[in-house]
Amino acid sequence: MAVLLDKHTRLIVQGLTGREGTFHAKAAAAYGTQVVGGVTPGKGGTTHEGWPIFNSVHDAMRETGADASVIFVPPPFAADAIMEAADAGLPLVVCITEGIPTADMLKAMTFMQGKRTRLIGPNCPGIITAGQAKAGIIPGHICTEGQIGIVSKSGTLTYEAIHQLTKQAMGQTTCIGIGGDPLIGTNFIDALRLFAADADTEAVIMIGEIGGTAEQEAAAFIAGEFRKPVVGFIAGQTAPPGRRMGHAGAIIAGGQGTAAEKMDALAKAGVHVAKSPADMGAKMREALGR
Amino acid sequence: MKIHEYQAKTVLARFGVPVPRGEVATSPSEAGLIARRLGGSLCVVKAQIHAGGRGKGGGVKVAKTPEEAEQLAKQMIGMTLVTHQTGPEGKKVGRVLIEEGLQIDRELYLSVLIDRAAARPVVIASAAGGMDIEEVAAKEPQKILREHIDPAVGVVPFQSRKLAFGMGLGADAALKFVKLLHAVYKAFTETDASMIEINPLILTKGGDLLALDAKVSFDDNALYRHTDIRELRDLSEEDPLEVEASTFSLNYIRLDGNIGCMVNGAGLAMATMDIIKLAGGEPANFLDVGGGANAEQIKNAFRILMADKNVKAVLINIFGGILRCDVLAAGVIAAVKELGVRVPIVIRMEGTNVEEGKRMLHESGLNFTTADSMGEAADRVVRLAK
Repeated sequence: MAVLLDKHTRLIVQGLTGREGTFHAKAAAAYGTQVVGGVTPGKGGTTHEGWPIFNSVHDAMRETGADASVIFVPPPFAADAIMEAADAGLPLVVCITEGIPTADMLKAMTFMQGKRTRLIGPNCPGIITAGQAKAGIIPGHICTEGQIGIVSKSGTLTYEAIHQLTKQAMGQTTCIGIGGDPLIGTNFIDALRLFAADADTEAVIMIGEIGGTAEQEAAAFIAGEFRKPVVGFIAGQTAPPGRRMGHAGAIIAGGQGTAAEKMDALAKAGVHVAKSPADMGAKMREALGR
Repeated sequence: MKIHEYQAKTVLARFGVPVPRGEVATSPSEAGLIARRLGGSLCVVKAQIHAGGRGKGGGVKVAKTPEEAEQLAKQMIGMTLVTHQTGPEGKKVGRVLIEEGLQIDRELYLSVLIDRAAARPVVIASAAGGMDIEEVAAKEPQKILREHIDPAVGVVPFQSRKLAFGMGLGADAALKFVKLLHAVYKAFTETDASMIEINPLILTKGGDLLALDAKVSFDDNALYRHTDIRELRDLSEEDPLEVEASTFSLNYIRLDGNIGCMVNGAGLAMATMDIIKLAGGEPANFLDVGGGANAEQIKNAFRILMADKNVKAVLINIFGGILRCDVLAAGVIAAVKELGVRVPIVIRMEGTNVEEGKRMLHESGLNFTTADSMGEAADRVVRLAK
C-alpha cells in the first residue's frame, strides 16, 4: 500500500540529461523504481544512460505509459516544466528544484487549478516509499519498511527522523518532503489525508518550520478529523524575527509564524510535540505506547 | 532583498505612483542644496537605513529652512540609529532623503504581498495609516481591509473602489486610489517584489494621494532577471560575513551566541540551533552548507564561521545524503589544518559513508570530539564553550 508511489509507479525524469537528473535517476532505479524515460526539450529521440529521451512530457507519457514525473530542471525553467507535466495530465509531479521565483510558482499554481495533477514541492527532497520506489533525493539506504508516515518541510530533518525511527526499530511507509517555499503544491493537510486513508500507515511524524500558518491549519485538521497518532516537531524555535532562515518560507514576519505558536497549536490538537529534534523517534515510541 | 526608502520611491514613481518631490544626500551641504531646490521652505530630513521605526529613533525630522536641513543632515549622517527593528547595536546612517513638506489631511495604509495559504497576491488597506499595522491588526482587526487578486486578471477597478470607499475616501480620492493601486500592483508584478508597503499613504489637504513612506523588498530567487534592481543592493547595510558567505553559495546568518554551527539543510540547521539552546547554550550563527557541499565549500564555511570572534566552540552536524560523510571529513580535516582552528570542535555525522568518515577523523590526529546523536553533540559543545 503506502501512498503516492510504489513499485508499480512508472516515473519519468524532467531534466534527466542534466548532472543532478542523471545522478538521481540512477539512484532511483537502483532503489527499485521503474524509471521509464526522460524529458529534455531538443534532445528527443536520443537515449541517455539507456533511457529514451523525449521532447515533451506528452510524448514521454504516450510512449512509456508514465504516471509520475520528477523535475530536476534549473529554477528559471522549472515552473514551465511543472505546467507542462500538469497539461499532459500526469497524476503525480514531484519538483525538487530550489529557487523558483514566487511569481513563476503563482502562475503554475493558477494554471494547475482544476487539473488532476498533484504537485509535491518545489524546493523539496521528494518522496520515497520504503522498500519500493522513490522520486527525489532522499537516500534510499536509510529507510526501512514499516508503519510510520513522514511529512516534512525540510530535507535533512526528514533524514534525521527516518534515522531515529530506524534506531527505535520502527520503519516507514512513505516519506513526503513538501518543501520549504512559500507556495507549494501539496501541504500538510493534503499529506495527512493520504495517510489517513492508508491502511499501512499507523502513525505520522510531521516536521514543520517557522513562517506561514500551514502548521496551525494542520493542527485544526488533526483536531477535527485525523485519528492516527501524530508526532510533531517545529524547527526554528530560536530563529530571530525578520531573517529568512535558508528556506524562502522560513521567516518570522510581523510576529507571526513563530515556532512557539505552532507548537502550541499542535499540542492543543493532541499532537505529541517533540521539543528537541533528537526526540522525534522516542516520542513516536511513546505515542504508540510501546 | 531590501532597499532604501528613496530607492523604493524611485521604483514606484517609475510605475506612476505619486511620491513627494525629494532627493537623496550623502553630505550636509548637498542636503542644503536639495532643500533650496525644493523651494527653500519646509522640508523633511529622513535617515536612510534598512529598518522601520526611524521616526521614534530620531531619524525623521522637519526643517523649516535649508540651513536647518543642512544642520539636521549633519547630525544624522554618520550617526548610529537605534530603532525597534535594528536591534540594540543600531545601524549607521550613510545618507538622508530630503523631501518637500506636505499638508496632511489623512494617513492611510496600503500594501501588496503574497498570501501563501490562498496562493494569491493580496492587497491590504487600512484607514489607520501611519501606525504599526501589526498593532492595528491586533487591536482593531475590523480596520484592516483585504482584497485577493487573481494573478491572471490583476487588480480589477471595483476591488480598488471597494478598498477606497472602505477606508472612507470621497469620490475624487477614490478615483485617484484606483489609479494608484493599479500602478502599485504593476510595480509589484513587474519587479518581482515580495512586498510593497506604503505607510502612510497620505491624502493631502489639497486632495492628492501620495506615498509618504515606502518599503519594497524583492524575491531573491527572481533577481537574476532584474539587473537594474540588483544594482540597488546596499552591501553596507548587510553583515560583511553574510555577504562573503553568499558569494560561496553558503547560507549564513550571524547571531549573538558563542557556539558556531555548520549544518547541511535549512531545517536541520534551525533544529541544531534549537537543540543548542535546549542544552543551555547560544548559537553564534545559522549556517547551511547545502546538500551538495564539497571540500572547498566546507573550508570556506569554516573560515567564515571562525571569523566571528565570539565563537568559543563549533558544532558540525551533518546528515549525509548526497553529501557523503567521508567528503565532509576530508573537508573538515583540511580546513582545520590549513586554518589552524583553535577552538574545540564537536562533530556529529550520520548517513552515507559514516564509518569511513569517522575513521578519517580519528586517524587525523586532530582533536575532534565526536558524538553519535544530536542530543549528545549539543551537550558536549555547550560544555566545551563554557
